Amino acid sequence: MATVTMTVNGKSRTGEAEGRTLLVSFLREELGLTGTHVGCDTSQCGACVVHVNGEAVKACTMFAQEADGAEVSTIEGQANADGSLNTIQQAFQDHHGLQCGFCTPGMVMSAAALLKDNPKPTEQEVRNYLQGNICRCTGYHNIVKAIMAASGQDVSAIAAE
Amino acid sequence: MPKDGGIGASTKRREDVRFLTGKGKYTDDININNQTYVYFLRSDVAHGTLNNVDTSAAEGMPGVIRVFTGKDFEGIGGLPCGWQVTDRHGEPMQEPPHPVLAQGKVRHVGDPIAAVVAESLEQARDAAEAIDVDITDLPAVIDMKAAVQDGAPKVHDDLTSNLCYDWGFVEDNRQAVDDAIKSAHHVTTLELKNNRLVANPMEPRVAVGDFNDATGDHTLYTTSQNPHVIRLLMGAFVLGIPEHKLRVVAPDVGGGFGTKIFHYAEEAFCTFAAKEIRRPVKWTCSRSEAFISDAHGRDHVTKIELAMDAEGNFTALRTETYANMGAYLSTFAPSVPTWLHGTLMAGNYKTPLIYVNVKAVFTNTVPVDAYRGAGRPEATFQLERVIDKAAREIGMDPIELRRKNFITEFPYATPVAVEYDTGNYNATMDKLIEVADFAGFEARAAESKARGKLRGLGVNCYIEACGIAPSNLVGQLGARAGLYESATVRVNATGSISVMTGSHSHGQGHETAFPQVVADMIGIDASQVEIVHGDTANTPMGMGTYGSRSLAVGGSAMVRATEKIIAKAKKIAAHLMEASEGDIELKDGAFTVAGTDKSVAWGDVTLAAYVPHNYPLEEIEPGLEETAFYDPSNFTYPSGAYSCEVEVDPDTGKVEVLAFAAADDFGNVVNPMIVEGQVHGGIAQGIGQAMLENCAYDDDGQLLSGSYMDYAMPRAADLPNFVVDHSCQTPCTHNPLGVKGCGEAGAIGSPPALVNAVCDALQRAGKDVKHIDMPLSPSRVWAAMNG
Repeated sequence: MATVTMTVNGKSRTGEAEGRTLLVSFLREELGLTGTHVGCDTSQCGACVVHVNGEAVKACTMFAQEADGAEVSTIEGQANADGSLNTIQQAFQDHHGLQCGFCTPGMVMSAAALLKDNPKPTEQEVRNYLQGNICRCTGYHNIVKAIMAASGQDVSAIAAE
Repeated sequence: MPKDGGIGASTKRREDVRFLTGKGKYTDDININNQTYVYFLRSDVAHGTLNNVDTSAAEGMPGVIRVFTGKDFEGIGGLPCGWQVTDRHGEPMQEPPHPVLAQGKVRHVGDPIAAVVAESLEQARDAAEAIDVDITDLPAVIDMKAAVQDGAPKVHDDLTSNLCYDWGFVEDNRQAVDDAIKSAHHVTTLELKNNRLVANPMEPRVAVGDFNDATGDHTLYTTSQNPHVIRLLMGAFVLGIPEHKLRVVAPDVGGGFGTKIFHYAEEAFCTFAAKEIRRPVKWTCSRSEAFISDAHGRDHVTKIELAMDAEGNFTALRTETYANMGAYLSTFAPSVPTWLHGTLMAGNYKTPLIYVNVKAVFTNTVPVDAYRGAGRPEATFQLERVIDKAAREIGMDPIELRRKNFITEFPYATPVAVEYDTGNYNATMDKLIEVADFAGFEARAAESKARGKLRGLGVNCYIEACGIAPSNLVGQLGARAGLYESATVRVNATGSISVMTGSHSHGQGHETAFPQVVADMIGIDASQVEIVHGDTANTPMGMGTYGSRSLAVGGSAMVRATEKIIAKAKKIAAHLMEASEGDIELKDGAFTVAGTDKSVAWGDVTLAAYVPHNYPLEEIEPGLEETAFYDPSNFTYPSGAYSCEVEVDPDTGKVEVLAFAAADDFGNVVNPMIVEGQVHGGIAQGIGQAMLENCAYDDDGQLLSGSYMDYAMPRAADLPNFVVDHSCQTPCTHNPLGVKGCGEAGAIGSPPALVNAVCDALQRAGKDVKHIDMPLSPSRVWAAMNG
């Protein structure tokens, strides 16, 4: 066991972690931040995507001890200061970009990382970027639409609801 | 319509806010003080004699509380099967026991042998490695046809063979169908496989068992689509716990698609073990473990024959299917290839004679049960593929052949025992042709050709049967459960409403759509209505969510309960306004007296019900709360026409789905946005089945596709945008909302469209390809082109 300290959603957080404890387990079980989900054990599904030092990371691919001292953002820290949904979150609600909600935290975190690097992605760029995020409910149509809308682009040509 | 959305409004989903902010409460997010963790040691061989399980070393490992084996479950009930099929000779199916932990033998890779309960999951996993399991390997039976040969190794030694049942439907039609096929002008025959799939909801299964030894109360938190069903099956058949001492909670559930209907060993184990060790026990399934412990779907091997006269009229249909049950009977497994499959074989067509034969077979594989569509995709796939093949054989346009045989008059009694109430198959086909721009296809095909690609267009129809019912009929067919649904509408003193429903939402948006209905009926804002679901402690006995039944059955129960509320509220309003009850009208949340300007608000009436100072106490009780149980008189029958446009790379065989369109008839629609989302998801799963997904075993019963490294889940870049239309609406005639259900249509209707499209592309290029089995991987398509 080692003591690990990181800044999570702007606040310093400390907990205990074994060498083999994954960052996602540390967030969920040690810090109680259960918004980050575990959907697989081969780093494929993307339900656990968080940001570490500004980069999108699958929190199952990193040990908690590796994140010692890092700046971590999770889904719990994404809403606006007044508690309202941020632009990406609001677009997901507006365009029905989620159903069961389980992949959603990872989708939102991946979308945020995409739009930071590529503020006006094409539809194909969005689809390619989501290679590492699996959704079983939506068929991605409305996720792609939501991300395009969140980037300020006109999505009226993508089939209406 | 209420200003924030009643029936027909694309109201934004209220549940989204918690899911988008990380505040959903899924089962794995539940942690109970003093909880322990269980890790299941599972068989790594498909078939073997379990000689000994030595747990002594494991019991001494750090943090280990107790190690359980099959011996701990001797004398305790096994997992029950909820449906008994009677075979074509009138005999009941063979029904083997299904122990919670393996006893005597292991029968599939993943069969649980022992369970280690420890202070941490890591300690439990470490200790499981110290368990010494002595297994003598036995030859495994994997191939269904080999499994029913004489002399094949038996999955269950006490059964006469690996044949669970040999079902004929309708048995009395058998000879007539044989005769019609013999004398037909033309018979088209197709042999095909409906590939085995893994449902893969993104949330793996989780169970947390808790026991209060002061009260004797058990609680199970579980990832279920139907908590009451789990309470009934586990309480009555496995652990002997009466319902009032067993609470089952299914909180936010991250997708189900059928595989979270069933009662699983891990649920019974956690409930049992929590009492044994007097501490909560938590199990969280890993994805790799899900592949070898969640019930799989599909896995049929079929031969279908379609007979036609000289004009292309269908005269008879005969189909023979081998359906894989896996190693044990999962909860509803026997019903899937029979009553959910044979009854759909008429499809959208007026074929007068149909005979369906299904042989259900035990193999050394994971149990197979309902997966999105459950039997109906298997029926639709074979029917719509053989029709496409027939059209090409007789030189008729595939759409024309379908139209020629469409059922056009309703109600229509099929030769496979169901009666369609409404539908308009020409209308959905016309709509499809319009929204998918069939007129522009040739130009698009020419453009593809110019780029060296082969473009194809595939079309098919589907019919679905949702909301399986009525209970007395399904009881005769072998169901060991009722198929009603329930709702309690509790109007609070200030006029807000809580609806307790037996339906369960795990992505379908009930928390948004159900209030739209109640609010619309009363004329109040939907925000004043809250849905309570997923907890047996505070909802009436209900059967849960599957088979696209929730709005048609659960919604109807809610309508019936709300009607009772309105009837009682009118009595109160009549009293308050000193008017005759028959003159009271309810509109926009206010009661009025016809022909006068008298009016009393909804909130005044509800307050009077709970503060009954001025109240007809001699006539009615105080309070405003009503329950209804709704048992439908028939299935509902959504239908539609789907098309798929693909491009095939002739050099590699790679298929790209360029366009997919769906024209559905769901009857009335409550929330179009949610309905379209359901269709999108269903189509994606259907394209997944047709192009990517395959659950494969080797000859020894080792699962080759045991993780997302090997099982190809559809990703965003694999799929196009979808064009979906539900403007063709023939309302259901026998439920109060006129709704039909939309959850499975996409998964049922889409696989044949894709396969038809690829065959079309290849045939247009002069390749004599009649069929390719799913999934249409590049290697299979390339081999078919170059075979």
